[in-house]
Amino acid sequence: MPQETIDNLRVAFGLDQPLSTQFLYYVRETIQGNLGISYQSRQPVWDEIANAIPATVALVGISALLSALIGTVMGIVAAWRRNTWKDQAITSGTMLFYSMPDFWLGMLLLVGFAVVIPIFPVGGIVDAGSTETGLARLLDMAHHIFLPAITLTLAYLGEYALITRSSLLDVMGEDYLTVARAKGLRDKIVRRRHAVPNALLPVVTLAAINFGFVLSGAIAVEAVYSWPGLGKATADAIRGPDLPMLQGLFLLFSAAVIVFNLIADLTYAYLDPRVED
Amino acid sequence: MTSLAMKRRRASATRMWTQFRSSRQGMIGLAILAVFVAMALAAPLLSDMRELNPVFARAQGNPQWAPPSEFAPLGTDYIRRSVWAQFVWGSRVSLFVGLAATVLTVLIGSVVGIVSGFVGGRVDGVLMRVTEWFLVIPFLPLAIVLASVLGRSVWNIIFVIGVTSWPSTARLVRAQVLTVKQRLFVDRARSLGARGWHIVNRHILPNVSGLILANATLAVPISILTETTLAFLGLGDPSSASWGKTLEEAFVNGAMTRNAWWYFLPAGLGILAVVLAFTLVGRTLEEIANPKLAERR
Repeated sequence: MPQETIDNLRVAFGLDQPLSTQFLYYVRETIQGNLGISYQSRQPVWDEIANAIPATVALVGISALLSALIGTVMGIVAAWRRNTWKDQAITSGTMLFYSMPDFWLGMLLLVGFAVVIPIFPVGGIVDAGSTETGLARLLDMAHHIFLPAITLTLAYLGEYALITRSSLLDVMGEDYLTVARAKGLRDKIVRRRHAVPNALLPVVTLAAINFGFVLSGAIAVEAVYSWPGLGKATADAIRGPDLPMLQGLFLLFSAAVIVFNLIADLTYAYLDPRVED
Repeated sequence: MTSLAMKRRRASATRMWTQFRSSRQGMIGLAILAVFVAMALAAPLLSDMRELNPVFARAQGNPQWAPPSEFAPLGTDYIRRSVWAQFVWGSRVSLFVGLAATVLTVLIGSVVGIVSGFVGGRVDGVLMRVTEWFLVIPFLPLAIVLASVLGRSVWNIIFVIGVTSWPSTARLVRAQVLTVKQRLFVDRARSLGARGWHIVNRHILPNVSGLILANATLAVPISILTETTLAFLGLGDPSSASWGKTLEEAFVNGAMTRNAWWYFLPAGLGILAVVLAFTLVGRTLEEIANPKLAERR
């Protein structure tokens, strides 16, 4: 690249200014909603991010919901049947999944179910060159989202199972459960009406807080499946490095965590009347 | 340190080891760790470092993409390098980065936690606001941004992990310091004229060290997994390849579509085993430091 081109690019991106000026400019523009121009695509960062949001929200939403549901049920079973083979299988299984890098789990599932037994596509959100619309397109997307969603679900459900289990074990020693049993209630009803609702409080908080973090947690998994969301945008921006893009994504991820923390606090106060500040 | 204090510390370490030995999960974890630490230390005996160099591999006449049946013991990769050599030497980098980053994490976290809990007042207020600020920032994106700006080296990765993951340690240590501070023996020491540093060193530290050790052991898996993810995203040190770097190269060069399982299985299994081992050991230490936990598990 000739020196002249490099100089022109530096001027175009404002990189010829001193760092302090660049920083003031960044703060002023960010407050006004301008996140700058991506080095790689030369498009406004906000447009690039806005394009990637729906794919990530779909993927993360599905896996967050599934992992919270399945993980909670597993945690309840493990606590209620503590020290049985069911408990041991659930506890060791969740520890195993916790211990592997989520993207490596994704790589294994990809090889297993897209290469060796090719029943799922290797990546992307729709088949390349697909022109389908409506229901056919939606089905195509469902076919593509399956493996990444399963990967993230498996990666996250362990946390829910462990939290639910220990929270339920705490509750199980309480007197009001003994009272419920003394009234002659069946084991199932004691569990469903008396034990589980109280034990779920911390799980609800975890779910809300996690959702904020999970948005950024899918980075490597999205990269494995070329899922065109925020995670893949981050992975692509690293290769540059496309700093304006990374700054914008980081801002969004942080905002998500703060918003969902607030939601967690509010839900907790609503669900548990003992919390009054 | 007086000989009495030394004796007491030695006695408490022996007691801890006796408790640890009776835990099956703890001993299994320790055994797995011993194998991998031995492998990392004995790397030069297990594999020639030159095997990592593609020029050397070509000169040796290694085949390309050879499965283990054609090139013992673990086959070769896209540039003819032995996968076994990458596995052995990668264990060094992964373990080193994991441990060094944890030392930094625990050091920052413990200092902040102890100062905050012990000094209290305005210092506590300021330190805890800073901690909370770090706690809500999503940790992986922050690590990514920092690593992108700082550049790709082992020391930068260690720095990035340490600087981003200390807040939970700080909060835990602070809470423990606050409860220990209320105990009578601290009042007694103070009324006998002991100063701050003496109290921290002799009365507070011995009572939080078990917790810090358990927390440190449980922080290693997070450090190792973070290093792996950063390396997989292309932020690893190009000159010293960790297991995460191996996974990245395998992925980028199409090991998945070739179904070259011998290339991406060993590194992943290595991470899985080491992380699991540290988790098992850490949970055991946690139960020793806080026996109430064991009842809930």
